[in-house]
Amino acid sequence: MKYLDEYRNPEIARHLVQEIRGLTTRPWVIMEVCGGQTHSIIKNGIDQILPKEIELVHGPGCPVCVTPLEQIDKALAIASRPEVIFTSFGDMLRVPGSRQDLFMVKSAGGDVRVVYSPLDAVKIARENPHKQVVFFAVGFETTAPNNAMAVWQAHREGLRNFSILVSHVLVPPAMRALLASPHNRVQGYLAAGHVCTVMGWEEYEPIAAQYRVPIVVTGFEPVDILEGVLLTVRQLERGEARVENQYARVVRREGNRPAQELIRKVFEIAPRKWRGIGEIPASGLRLRPEFRDYDAETIFALGELHVEEPAICISGLVLQGLKKPNECAAFGKQCTPQTPLGATMVSSEGACAAYFAYQRRRVE
Amino acid sequence: MSEFSLQCPLPITQHDTIQLGHGSGGKMMNDLIGKLFLWAFDNPYLNKLDDQAVVEINGVRLAISTDSFVVDPIFFPGGNIGELAVYGTVNDVCMSGGRPLFLAASVILEEGFPLADLRQVVESMAAAARRAGVLIVTGDTKVVNKGKGDKIFINTTGLGVLEHPWQISAGQIQPGDAVLLSGSLGDHGIAILSRREGLAFETPITSDTAPLHELVAAVLQAGGQAVHALRDPTRGGLAATLNEFAATARVGIRVREDRIPVKPAVAGACEILGLDPLYIANEGKLVAVVAAAKAEAVLHALQAHPLGREAALIGEVMAGSPGLVTMQTRLGAWRIVDLLVGEQLPRIC
Ligand code: SF4
Repeated sequence: MKYLDEYRNPEIARHLVQEIRGLTTRPWVIMEVCGGQTHSIIKNGIDQILPKEIELVHGPGCPVCVTPLEQIDKALAIASRPEVIFTSFGDMLRVPGSRQDLFMVKSAGGDVRVVYSPLDAVKIARENPHKQVVFFAVGFETTAPNNAMAVWQAHREGLRNFSILVSHVLVPPAMRALLASPHNRVQGYLAAGHVCTVMGWEEYEPIAAQYRVPIVVTGFEPVDILEGVLLTVRQLERGEARVENQYARVVRREGNRPAQELIRKVFEIAPRKWRGIGEIPASGLRLRPEFRDYDAETIFALGELHVEEPAICISGLVLQGLKKPNECAAFGKQCTPQTPLGATMVSSEGACAAYFAYQRRRVE
Repeated sequence: MSEFSLQCPLPITQHDTIQLGHGSGGKMMNDLIGKLFLWAFDNPYLNKLDDQAVVEINGVRLAISTDSFVVDPIFFPGGNIGELAVYGTVNDVCMSGGRPLFLAASVILEEGFPLADLRQVVESMAAAARRAGVLIVTGDTKVVNKGKGDKIFINTTGLGVLEHPWQISAGQIQPGDAVLLSGSLGDHGIAILSRREGLAFETPITSDTAPLHELVAAVLQAGGQAVHALRDPTRGGLAATLNEFAATARVGIRVREDRIPVKPAVAGACEILGLDPLYIANEGKLVAVVAAAKAEAVLHALQAHPLGREAALIGEVMAGSPGLVTMQTRLGAWRIVDLLVGEQLPRIC
């Protein structure tokens, strides 16, 4: 992690801002797709130091926020069962379902455990043969290889007490869907660097060409983001629409082929519902039929849940870059991280939560 | 994507049972303390919300503090639950400006806990007490059934004496004061986490657990009455301490990111885990709020002690915006440093 300092260096950042200023001749709307980038932008105040012509809008790239409420309710139902050890990454524990969150299930006696890798969940399954061990497989393409690996491993060992509750989403279909919307304002994308580590950027080339938008694969540190903005603005000003790679220290064009292979072996592409946005065709992953024995939804025979959500928040618009959190009437009033009303306040990497944590004073 | 459907979950505003977040040093814990304990016990000592109470008996001013230690794992890089239980309470007594003298210790043991481990814990409590210059003068031992407790819990209560007539308390903080930090953030929390989750880092991170009585003595010697408040940023980290100061004193506090020391290994671990060092627990650091005129003198006094070598002046107290803590980022922009809602949790991607 020694190289981090370079990507947080204020001198380099100032220099980049100057360069962006010099290039910009008119207003541009650029979307950072990933919630981690949104977080970094708001936390470091990158939006405050950019020229005012450059508007950064926040995208749908937070896997925690876009996990549908039904899926969280399913997780809660499974985790409450006495024979289950429910495992999850930490940030899903506080996400509210319709009536509860995983912390509440845990405090009521449910065996809910935080793990750092789905392989740890497999290990727990191995050590607890009389329990059903379920892993909440949430995330984008970044977490998919590890989750696939866990299923593969359990399959190889013949473990019968391990399963995953799948809520995987894919980024490029969402990017396409946003551009295809009649309300679209996005003129350029900062693509999520971590996702491209796995998938590369070949998938983005047809998107850039079809919709005439520059797409710059971008990292997460302040200097990464400013460089991503610079490359995007340069293309916009020149009327270009290519895929460029700012995150070259980590990402290659073809991505990580073995990881992709593993994903394909275990998962197949399926339609997915995105919380706050709705169903997007071919935008998610589900287990292939030959791995259905590892599918928690099948094992626990959870039918279709239907949950009513009161339509008082605009998080759908926030996720699509059409509105900013501070344009919502409930922001910071009825809706806070303690009492989240919508998807983007639910996760700490959601846009509303980031605004609340770091910049709510500006809008009060 | 067809027309977007707007979906919102119902808010979960109340909890009927205790959640882990109620113990995390963030907003949930503040709510619990404010709405339950303060309301029930209501008295001027408690209402000050310092980490210790200062009481006066026959002209002698005494500082009392108590703390329970439930850390898991009980042995971690750089220390164990025994010395933590001694230093933690000693430090809380110190933060009133008092000299810690005596400790009471209660130990709750789970049936089946290895005696060899207990011996090790008790021996390090003894060594820690010697180093901190306190005597453990009374105590209690209980054993609970297997599964009804987690190996060992230790509660310690400390008593100290104040040898100066003035008050050191969050309520004394004034606009214009300087905010000093005695060293790098997050070492204890990351050491615990690395052990608990079996994470290995290139550079091993060890806990900073240490008694702060000498450091406090040095601060008082250099700053005297100009020292307005002291606190060790344990659970909830620096962010919680600054927010508590700002709320109690009804002032704003602003700090500068580039002045706040964080070890590269800790910063790297935080980056990987998606944690913010501002919120991570420390066990051997202090924050001092000092009248500006004496800030330099106190800073030098801190830096002259081995436990304060990396001390820095990290910010200042402002008149406006009571209760608000802000930070100037490395890029020169501003952001809020808030209390966390519940536990800080490692992120997904
Ligand atoms: S502030 Fe809350 S209610 Fe408003 S859009 Fe964001 S999540 Fe929805």
